[in-house]
Amino acid sequence: MGIFRTRGGVGRSSPDEFVAGNGLLHRRALLGRGIALAGAAGIGSVGGVNGAAAEPVQDAEWSGHQGSNVMEYGTRSRFEKDTLRILSNPKGEARTQHARTPHHKLNGTITPNPLHFTILHNGIPDIDPAQHKLVIHGMVKQPLAFTLEKLLRYPMVSRTTFVECGGNSAPLFSNEPVQATLQHLHGLVSNAEWTGVLLSTLLDEVGVDPKAVWMLAEGADTAALTRSVPLKKAWDDAMIALYQNGEPLMPEQGYPMRLVLPGWEGNMQTKYVRRIKLVDQPAMTYYEARNYSPVLPDYTAYKFYFVNEVKSFITSPSFGMGLKEPGYYEISGIAYSGSGRIERVMVSADGGKTWADAAIQGPTMHKAFTRFHIPWRWDGSPAILTSRAVDDGGNIQPLRADFVKARGETLKPVTNTFGFPNQHYNSLTSWGIDAKGEIKHVYV
Amino acid sequence: MSTFKALSLVALMALGAAGAAFAADAKNGLGAPVGLGDKITETDIKAWDITILPDGTNLPPGSGTAAVGAKLFGEKGCNQCHGDGALGGRNGALITDQPLKGGGIEANKTVKNFWAYSTTLYDYIRRAMPWPAPRTLSNEEVYSLVAFILAGNKIIDEKTVMDARSLPQVKMPNRDNFIIKFPDKI
Ligand code: HEC
Repeated sequence: MGIFRTRGGVGRSSPDEFVAGNGLLHRRALLGRGIALAGAAGIGSVGGVNGAAAEPVQDAEWSGHQGSNVMEYGTRSRFEKDTLRILSNPKGEARTQHARTPHHKLNGTITPNPLHFTILHNGIPDIDPAQHKLVIHGMVKQPLAFTLEKLLRYPMVSRTTFVECGGNSAPLFSNEPVQATLQHLHGLVSNAEWTGVLLSTLLDEVGVDPKAVWMLAEGADTAALTRSVPLKKAWDDAMIALYQNGEPLMPEQGYPMRLVLPGWEGNMQTKYVRRIKLVDQPAMTYYEARNYSPVLPDYTAYKFYFVNEVKSFITSPSFGMGLKEPGYYEISGIAYSGSGRIERVMVSADGGKTWADAAIQGPTMHKAFTRFHIPWRWDGSPAILTSRAVDDGGNIQPLRADFVKARGETLKPVTNTFGFPNQHYNSLTSWGIDAKGEIKHVYV
Repeated sequence: MSTFKALSLVALMALGAAGAAFAADAKNGLGAPVGLGDKITETDIKAWDITILPDGTNLPPGSGTAAVGAKLFGEKGCNQCHGDGALGGRNGALITDQPLKGGGIEANKTVKNFWAYSTTLYDYIRRAMPWPAPRTLSNEEVYSLVAFILAGNKIIDEKTVMDARSLPQVKMPNRDNFIIKFPDKI
């Protein structure tokens, strides 16, 4: 991969070890993190003292009296109350409702449950778990009904995986870059640890007819949302999830049970799943026949875009943050692939002319968020930050020019960030920084 | 080999023989099913078993016509969201000649310019409409509403009766313009 420079630039003649244009530093500076690394001497002032003199310290008001009472269910600091999802339909008008995750205000890889993205097609159903049932039938030896109580006695597995709407990142299909936060652009993806029963365990129990090729998964929500899923996926790694990050699913995530299909289109991962029917052909239900079939530039369309392909974006710095002064910053972001594990993330600070490898924060997991970081010394001149991920199957995030050639872009600029001009965007996201430190969304 | 291992091997082999006709090689790692599911019959699942397949499988008895559907469209309140005569309201037109071609990759997908199967219309209206009271329409009413939308879009004749035989035979105009993205996953 000759075009990706991992070393070079100004090198050791400078106090910083630049590895690509516009001030990207060697990831070694971060890989160390407390561990002295051989050869890490060249990182200079990354760990040095550059700040002004601090004020003398003293006790604050809040440490002088008994604090507030502990609650049964914890709440966050009143100073963090603006870390919220954005809602597409806050009054619950008769249409779909989306809530987008504020990735630019979060860190790490796990999305807190109340901030996990969701899309509902006719509100959140108020399901009594004692009355909910999952029925598996159709081309099986013996149809079976499972209550939650019974499912809780089955062997459980936990698996960290992202869920992403097929319409995530849709504003990036715009022919001109939409000026909006990361949350508006990429807020329809989140990452959680799901715990539940492998679907293969339950399929064993009903005895699947070898002629069955698909399953229809249907929810107990008002829309009775239904999708066709290839049985191959069901046997591979599908799960009936009962817990999300350790607690029972949130109602908006499918309480009391949902289908989880690691790495696949979010809409297929039926929430409130009440029925799985084994069949020999897909049903071509509304959402697969219409919404999630992306139109191509020649007006043919893709049918069944199962996999959310390799993708990454920089969460910090990003649109709307602004850099107050030149100096050291850590560039940080999220990468994931519906086909496997993230193997490599490259970052550029000069709009893709030169690239450097970011430090990958492990352990990296299959079909899960992977956090990447790279140290950066901004010299105050215009810069364009962008990232590009590669997974362990060798799939590489496409450059925008190649992506647009294959998948197209809109005729008119996108103005509604809640709209879905198309589905399954996985090309680059770039942040243009001007000399004042203002950050805009740009294309490279 | 320990007695325990030998026993579980025998159990696994027995299971393999019993499940030979079906793909049942216990993947739970226990060598035998947990077996806590309650047996249920297809008859007892009927109320939920509403998915229609593109070949017409599971279409119910009954029939409907465009003339009846046109009346129902107002009576059932469909017009409040989809406009009088299904020509467009706050939730979009169900009868429209708006083309896909020329609209860019963001082109508005309509029943006429995009949907590949007529059965999707039956399945979706019965399952999810009218929005405020889904699954309250009778099977006959759904056939009529489907006939009304198909006839309005000039995909079928005004007079053609829609039923379990005729509906799957309706060929939607955009049927052949789809490419399966990940054939190896099926
Ligand atoms: C209160 C508003 C409302 C009413 C009343 C209503 N619908 Fe809908 N309809 C919607 C919404 C919203 C959607 C889009 C759903 C989505 O995107 O998940 C829709 C979608 C549809 C679609 C798919 C259209 C397309 O091109 O994608 C059809 C067909 C449909 N409705 C038929 C009906 C019929 C028939 C009735 C009356 C029995 C009805 N609707 C009553 C709100 C309504």
